[in-house]
Amino acid sequence: MRRSIRIAALSLFALIALPAFAQESPDQTVKRVSEETVQAIKADPKIIAGDPARIREVIEQKLLPNFDFMRMTALAMGRNWKQTTPEQQKRLADEFRTLLVRTYSNALTQYRDEKIEVRPLRADANATEVTVRSEVVRPGRPPVQIDYGMTKTPQGWKAYDVIVGGVSLVTNYRDEFNEQVKAGGVDGLIKTLADKNRAAPAK
Amino acid sequence: MMIPRFVLPIALAAALALSGCATTSGAPTRADPLEPFNRVMFKINEPIDRDIILPGVRAYNETVHPVVRQMISNFFGNLDDMFGALNSALQGKKEKAANDLGRVIVNTMFGLGGLIDFASEANIPRSDEDFGQTFGHWGMPAGPYLFIPLLGPMTARDGLGYGVRAYLSPILHINDHVVRDVLFGVGYVDVRAKGYEAQQLVGGAALDPYTFIRRSYLQRREYLTYDGQPPPRKDEDE
Repeated sequence: MRRSIRIAALSLFALIALPAFAQESPDQTVKRVSEETVQAIKADPKIIAGDPARIREVIEQKLLPNFDFMRMTALAMGRNWKQTTPEQQKRLADEFRTLLVRTYSNALTQYRDEKIEVRPLRADANATEVTVRSEVVRPGRPPVQIDYGMTKTPQGWKAYDVIVGGVSLVTNYRDEFNEQVKAGGVDGLIKTLADKNRAAPAK
Repeated sequence: MMIPRFVLPIALAAALALSGCATTSGAPTRADPLEPFNRVMFKINEPIDRDIILPGVRAYNETVHPVVRQMISNFFGNLDDMFGALNSALQGKKEKAANDLGRVIVNTMFGLGGLIDFASEANIPRSDEDFGQTFGHWGMPAGPYLFIPLLGPMTARDGLGYGVRAYLSPILHINDHVVRDVLFGVGYVDVRAKGYEAQQLVGGAALDPYTFIRRSYLQRREYLTYDGQPPPRKDEDE
């Protein structure tokens, strides 16, 4: 009896909470995730000292749930995506994800005192794909513009591209992936990614 | 277009020499018609970079005090701002030109000839305009992508820009050649030190550093040439 009340209460809570979360606008999502990540970094002296395990943990917990890796991988694959099996797609997305976690781990060890300012979004309320613009401000140095390509999913807005100072991650990897597929097919690309991920651990 | 004229015969010779030992990757694309030549240059550059330049940069970072390194950066940044003002003016961007000119005046007069960057503290933004962007603004096509040992990635248009910049640089016209060469050397190390961390990231992120650097460079330059508003790009599956 008690249990069913609790379940009823929980599902009621979920009913209220879920739409509220889904209604979070994409710029709010970027702002929230950025703030949470920066706070997690600042709160942990081990991260400032460059502890790779802790940094990875923050990335897994704070950043990754807000990325749509399948879509990101599909875009990076371009027209080659059509010739992949669902199993290949899953492996590609997994390996790509691992590679990006490593890259982000390395980038975050270089975090100092930057502030992230997210610009308010002006977009159609019905839009399902938007670009959120933000700026990383560093004292005494020129700001760096970071834009996020975001897509609306049932679980809220998720990023499928990061554009740093005009350099799109997806566009960069599209050239890389295309080259690997041309040389060794989709399985060749998966192998290259897996080898790279297994090689030198993130510094 | 002085650079392509100079580069093309070498590129053709290299491409011919290479046709016997073509690798799997390296088919020329629209943005990189000289890819076989560039890849050879990239390969030549790798050991030079790894065994000479990067150890030098690390030694510079470890032995020179951060405050002194910052002053060196500021000094060369002040020269950049002079050219930023000129290039903003050449593109008719009055506000940017005024900001850069203001930066040069403030930093030269109050910042010990550019060693201290008071203008950034005062939030006067730097335009980062250069000759390559000016030529692009005037409508000159970017031309073929090039990778040159020690200098790195560039388009022919940017290469021409670097040439003009080097020719007009006050450092080139210093009569004491020892002073001139030392300043060139320190300026080079300063540039490479600023890019050091990014270069480490590329090593971790890239499947093929050549391709990764090429696409990053081309995207970045297009972004700068269009002042952060590049035209929407077509799907470049090619």
